[in-house]
Amino acid sequence: MRPLKLVPDNTNIDFLRWRWVALALSVGLIIASVALVSVRGLNWGVDFSGGQMMRVSFAQTADVPALRERLQGLGVENATIQQTGSAKEVAIRIPLEGSSNPFLQWLQGTSAAASEKDVGAANKVASAVRTSIQQDFPDAKFGAVESVSGKVSTELFRTGSIALSLAMVGIALYIWLSFEWQFGVGALFALFHDVILTFGFFALTQLEFDLNIVAAVLTIIGYSLNDTIVTYDRMRENFRKWRKMEIQALLNQSVNETLSRTIVTSLSLIITLGILLFLGPDVIFGFTAAMFLGIVVGTFSSVYIAAPILIWLNVKSDSFVPKDENGKKSALPAEGFID
Amino acid sequence: MLDFPTWKIRLVIVTTLIGILAAFPTILPENARAYLPKRVADAHINLGLDLAGGSELLLEAATPEVAKAQMAQMDEDVRTAMRRADPRIEIGEISTADGILSFMPRNTADVDRARELAYNLTNGVGVTGKRDWVVEIRDSTRIVMTPTPEGLQDKIKQSMEAARGVVSRRIDPDGTKEVSVTLQGANRIQVQVPGLKDPERLKSLLGKTAKLEFKLVDPDQSGATTGIAGPGSEILPFMDSRAQGAKIVVQRRVMVSGEDLIAAKQAYDQDGRTPVVDIRFNNKGGKKFAQVSTANVGKEFAIILDGKVISAPVFKDAILTGQAQISGSFTVDSANELAVSLQSGKLPVALTVVDERSVGPDLGRDSIQKGVLAGLVATVALIFFMVLTYARFGVYTTIALVVNAFLILGLMSIFGATLTLPGIAGFVLTIGAAVDANVLINERIREEIARGRQTIQAVEFGYKEASRAIFDANVTNVISAIIMFWFGSGPIRGFAVVLALGIVTSVFTGVTLTRLLVADYLKRNRPQELVI
Repeated sequence: MRPLKLVPDNTNIDFLRWRWVALALSVGLIIASVALVSVRGLNWGVDFSGGQMMRVSFAQTADVPALRERLQGLGVENATIQQTGSAKEVAIRIPLEGSSNPFLQWLQGTSAAASEKDVGAANKVASAVRTSIQQDFPDAKFGAVESVSGKVSTELFRTGSIALSLAMVGIALYIWLSFEWQFGVGALFALFHDVILTFGFFALTQLEFDLNIVAAVLTIIGYSLNDTIVTYDRMRENFRKWRKMEIQALLNQSVNETLSRTIVTSLSLIITLGILLFLGPDVIFGFTAAMFLGIVVGTFSSVYIAAPILIWLNVKSDSFVPKDENGKKSALPAEGFID
Repeated sequence: MLDFPTWKIRLVIVTTLIGILAAFPTILPENARAYLPKRVADAHINLGLDLAGGSELLLEAATPEVAKAQMAQMDEDVRTAMRRADPRIEIGEISTADGILSFMPRNTADVDRARELAYNLTNGVGVTGKRDWVVEIRDSTRIVMTPTPEGLQDKIKQSMEAARGVVSRRIDPDGTKEVSVTLQGANRIQVQVPGLKDPERLKSLLGKTAKLEFKLVDPDQSGATTGIAGPGSEILPFMDSRAQGAKIVVQRRVMVSGEDLIAAKQAYDQDGRTPVVDIRFNNKGGKKFAQVSTANVGKEFAIILDGKVISAPVFKDAILTGQAQISGSFTVDSANELAVSLQSGKLPVALTVVDERSVGPDLGRDSIQKGVLAGLVATVALIFFMVLTYARFGVYTTIALVVNAFLILGLMSIFGATLTLPGIAGFVLTIGAAVDANVLINERIREEIARGRQTIQAVEFGYKEASRAIFDANVTNVISAIIMFWFGSGPIRGFAVVLALGIVTSVFTGVTLTRLLVADYLKRNRPQELVI
């Protein structure tokens, strides 16, 4: 039996010919994402916005209007009640007083001060809601309860933002050190692209953006880089091998040579994540969806963001010729391995 | 390529076997685990609260209170020291405004002696060479005591340690539950209680400082209505909500405090129905109680918890046994709660719940089932895909995959790591990413063959050339795993741990183990052509 070859031998697609089209597409998507995030906003989970979240399941179909009435009776006006995957389960969200945008909270520092007083009050409201629902609906089961004070949520938001930025900068630095500065810049742009599109995706779908999603975004960063590095590694190798080759042709050849690997690996991950998406726990649906998207976007950006930037930043093949002791570039045959 | 030293082969095989064996206690079902020796059975992966169900609370201490308490303590200590000095030092009012304590001896000749005595009340802070208070004389008449930041920090640290002890005694008086109580940062305590049914009760149990005091009731109760208490007295509210804001005037001086308590338990009143709390004092407390009750027979005293009066009974006669009963409007539950709180001691600092996460056992079980199912299906699908794509080399990749899964589980078992929900996702992702190493190698071998290399050379080049990219790619993943572990909390840390372990094991299985398998195949069969 001959093994399956998803990419035929000697495939030679002129990927970079379409780089302007791809760039336009990317820029368009980025603008759309930024617009979505700023206009529609993210559906921040209680991890970041503070407040209470309860998942309650009932024996029969949940009576949402009755629940809403109950909550209003308790003086909880701004609660949202949403049916989750099944009709028998609802998610009740009670936000904190004031802004629910963690970024504003962080900037204003208001929630930290307010929460000192509000923690007790908010806790009492949550307790009252819980007791009341349990009384009126004896068959109700509390699947999960989360209650986060404004102080902690602002902190989580801050550390989350720091973690994301540090990861991006740290990784770009590493690439700069092991390749050339142009590659570091290319990788950083590819990362920005992926991260911004992920945010846009969350603004579009209004899936809850919680702490787990930060882990997903960090993983997307890791994976997207993984992909970028594999193509960069091949480019470096080819720069050394074919020193006279024109850059666009060289990049194209590198992308084509690694194409089979890119497709097999991406497909493996897409299979795994797809299965996780359909069969996995509901609680991590957003998490898995983010990663699924990240894989697709990350693969695209390695080819169409990370590679063209090298052309625009004018990478030359002699960047990769090792220098001898006198700082001069050693003379090497135009074609030959450097190990 | 083909020459693998024997020790290397053995090392690879032994590592693989150890990993698989270590994973066993985790894979076995709960009831089968019971047959294993305890040490073996204990080395299994713990399930995080999001999977096992349970509650996690983050408590924050009001640290400014520690400074206040430190000041109040010093106030009292200074008073006592000056009174007990021989000859006694008469002092004016002690001022504690602006976080500085100052007082003036009435007789200027006593200033130096007072300074000496005050200095003796201070303590050194650890190995810093500093003391917890700075004592100085100002205007040669006034003693000024300023708490040092080091001293305060040390005090906060001690208070947090003590609070941690109190919290774990309150939640788990018998020490039988798998409760974890850990300090986080400078002023937080994290509490994890697996399989908890009623998080509300837990919160109310921890919400009390449980500072118990017995004070005499002031015979002059006019302050209760006017709101102005006489010197040496204070106005306190009643705890009972039915008292409707009623207040009572009590003397400031504490007769006996909860610190002298050695036992507290819920019991019933003489009528056998009304729940009460029986308490017993230690020797010192018993003596004090006897003394005060003897001197005050027929008078009222107040039982005060956290600044609120539970009840104000009358000393019917002298209480010499060191035992007393607290009655109030208790239910069995609230009496029980008070008994546990008193028994566990006073919290040195008040705690507020700033973060709570509870997961019911059903949701957790559902998540595990779905997670495991998805993991298994994904593995099978991946194996199918690999074998279809790379034939024999796909089989090697599969072996590497399965061993990799066992190794991750095994390492987690050995470290007693915690598997969280994102951890499962991390696990599945690691499996997916682990494939990448082999894909890189296999694709490279294909390329080298296409370039016309001989089989053995092609394989050798494949491994060598692919290793560089594998290394670089994994370093970046290590970077993000480290950052996640550093900044993440609970569930994300679980994810980072799985990711980091997965990177190490996947390089081992993906590169070293498959290379051994391929070398073995090449040596045995010496194929002229590779099917890949």
